[in-house]
Amino acid sequence: MTLEELRKLREEQKKSLSRRSTDNKDIQIIVGMGTCGIAAGAKETLDAFMEELDEQDLSSVKVTQTGCMGLCYVEPTVEVIMPDMPDVIYGKVDPEIARKIIRKHVLNKTMVNDHVFDRPAADIVEEGGKQ
Amino acid sequence: MHRTICDFALDLVQNSIEARSSLVMCDLFETEDELTVFVADNGCGMSPEQLEKARDPFFTDGVKHVEREVGLGLAFLAQAIEMSGGEFEIDSREGQGTSVKFRFDKSNIDTPPVGSVANTFFAALTYPGEHEMVINRKYSDSANVFSYSLTRSELADAVGGFETSGSLQLLRTYLRSQEDVSEEKAVGRKN
Repeated sequence: MTLEELRKLREEQKKSLSRRSTDNKDIQIIVGMGTCGIAAGAKETLDAFMEELDEQDLSSVKVTQTGCMGLCYVEPTVEVIMPDMPDVIYGKVDPEIARKIIRKHVLNKTMVNDHVFDRPAADIVEEGGKQ
Repeated sequence: MHRTICDFALDLVQNSIEARSSLVMCDLFETEDELTVFVADNGCGMSPEQLEKARDPFFTDGVKHVEREVGLGLAFLAQAIEMSGGEFEIDSREGQGTSVKFRFDKSNIDTPPVGSVANTFFAALTYPGEHEMVINRKYSDSANVFSYSLTRSELADAVGGFETSGSLQLLRTYLRSQEDVSEEKAVGRKN
């Protein structure tokens, strides 16, 4: 694919943007990508989120990366922020759990209880690590 | 410890971004026998004293994580290189920037798998910040030869920024299209 083809693809995507796609613009997924996250496979987790979001036709979700959230013992860690749900930090999020988070938490508004691991460490919040 | 060579490369790129660089350069050159990564930035750099301690896993500048005394990225890399007989060089000047170059011999049994190059570039390019990033990729073996370059600002402009899943998906598709040949080989090889 060339850059020109990429630009055309974007134009096509803009035209076919469904109503459902714009409904999910207030959803934010933050993947912890510090050294600890990378070592635990956060790169594959991020890719699984992308794949599942595409499969579920969710094109307006904000997906960002951040450094260590202070929960190195349960990496990869992921924070999900969205309306009508508490802000949740999930831990041990492998690709399978990432897909589960999209299907259960994002689409059905039900937490993936076995992987809930609270909030970031206080020093990270104070320094603005949590976006 | 990181699982793949690409994990080491991503960690170095993040170090560069977090060193308040306005420009990060990354070369990833691969042949049948070896993989060489070069990461350079124009960030804050390190003093000779800090550079001396950079490979110590229990040393950190204390800025990123207050009250923590670990800095594992470079230490992991140095250890993996030592185990597998590769090469590792780091050069840094305070106020000017840092460059790191490492090479893995792919035939060594202790060399980690290469990993997904497309996923690594995706994570590197979309890591938050206002910096510019230029990536150069070259691959050659007896059957395939390809090379391409990626410029962060150019890609962000083409897909409409790196914020929403729709734009990111376009970037992911593009990066995969550049790596089609080598990703198949990587899976068959050691992933």
